[in-house]
Amino acid sequence: MDSAISDQRETRQTLQSTADNGLKIVIVGGFGVGKTTMVRSVSEIRPLNTEETMTKAGEAVDDTDGIATKTATTVAFDFGRITLDAHNVLYLFGAPGQERFWFLWDRLFSGTLGAVVLVDTRRLADSWYAIDRLEHHGTPFVVACNDFGGPAHTGDEIRAALDLPEEVPLIFCDARSRESGKHVLISLVQHLQTAVLTNQPTTPEPTP
Amino acid sequence: MSGSTSRPGRDDSPDRLYTLTGGRSRAGSDAFDLVTLVVAECDPTPGMQSEHAAILRMSQFPTALVEIAAELGLPVSIVRILLADLLGTGKISARHPRSAYRLPDLDILEQVLVGLRNL
Repeated sequence: MDSAISDQRETRQTLQSTADNGLKIVIVGGFGVGKTTMVRSVSEIRPLNTEETMTKAGEAVDDTDGIATKTATTVAFDFGRITLDAHNVLYLFGAPGQERFWFLWDRLFSGTLGAVVLVDTRRLADSWYAIDRLEHHGTPFVVACNDFGGPAHTGDEIRAALDLPEEVPLIFCDARSRESGKHVLISLVQHLQTAVLTNQPTTPEPTP
Repeated sequence: MSGSTSRPGRDDSPDRLYTLTGGRSRAGSDAFDLVTLVVAECDPTPGMQSEHAAILRMSQFPTALVEIAAELGLPVSIVRILLADLLGTGKISARHPRSAYRLPDLDILEQVLVGLRNL
């Protein structure tokens, strides 16, 4: 890993000096569902990894329902980057769906454009929690089914299993494919446009 | 990420992180987003704290906070504090994201769509 890191440093791709607006899209999914693969397939840089730690000495902790300890919460996440034009740079974050991650959502991902929930149709129940939390946070999202070659499910079957509202797009994808990853991101942005145009939340209002 | 012992930050003793930030555990403000782009306004100077110098070298071109954190191998919250120091002394400037609201404006979305289609 050390040599890979130094190679990456030597060739670190810099942004244009005009870049002035960072944008965020988060790809959420369970372990092994292909988040990093999707980030890698569309990113202009090799995916990097970093982490956020919240300790007892850190930010004040208010909404800790279900969190047994406040001593140390660490979330690691991968990210990649897409230069969109001279000013806009899109960062893609691959984030785990586990509970401690949602604990840090507002701190890390407030202001995010939207989210992609990446699901494995063999393990749909793994996505329930993520979808629930995104709805709670009022973050618009699309659901992308990564093709693992398992038994085929129809869109209707998956919608029913995920209890997915009609207006949330469901897309089949191959996270290894750049074109497919692009298509997922474009679908998300189109979904956001629709949401703005109809001027209504794409997900139920977060409960207070 | 095998060999996690090689990753600074994760396994460092809290003492080291405490020292890096002069004992502070939070930045003065949460102004720095993960994707705030940082630009160096000067060169590193001799005697400067090594992390500050590294950030200045790294941000000769715009560099997001999260990239700086990954490169330094430090938690995001620690990098926020280091950046606040540098901003406070005028050594960097910060380009914050424009869309901080729940629903971004249509102009930005159109720009994102065009950019993605051109990939």
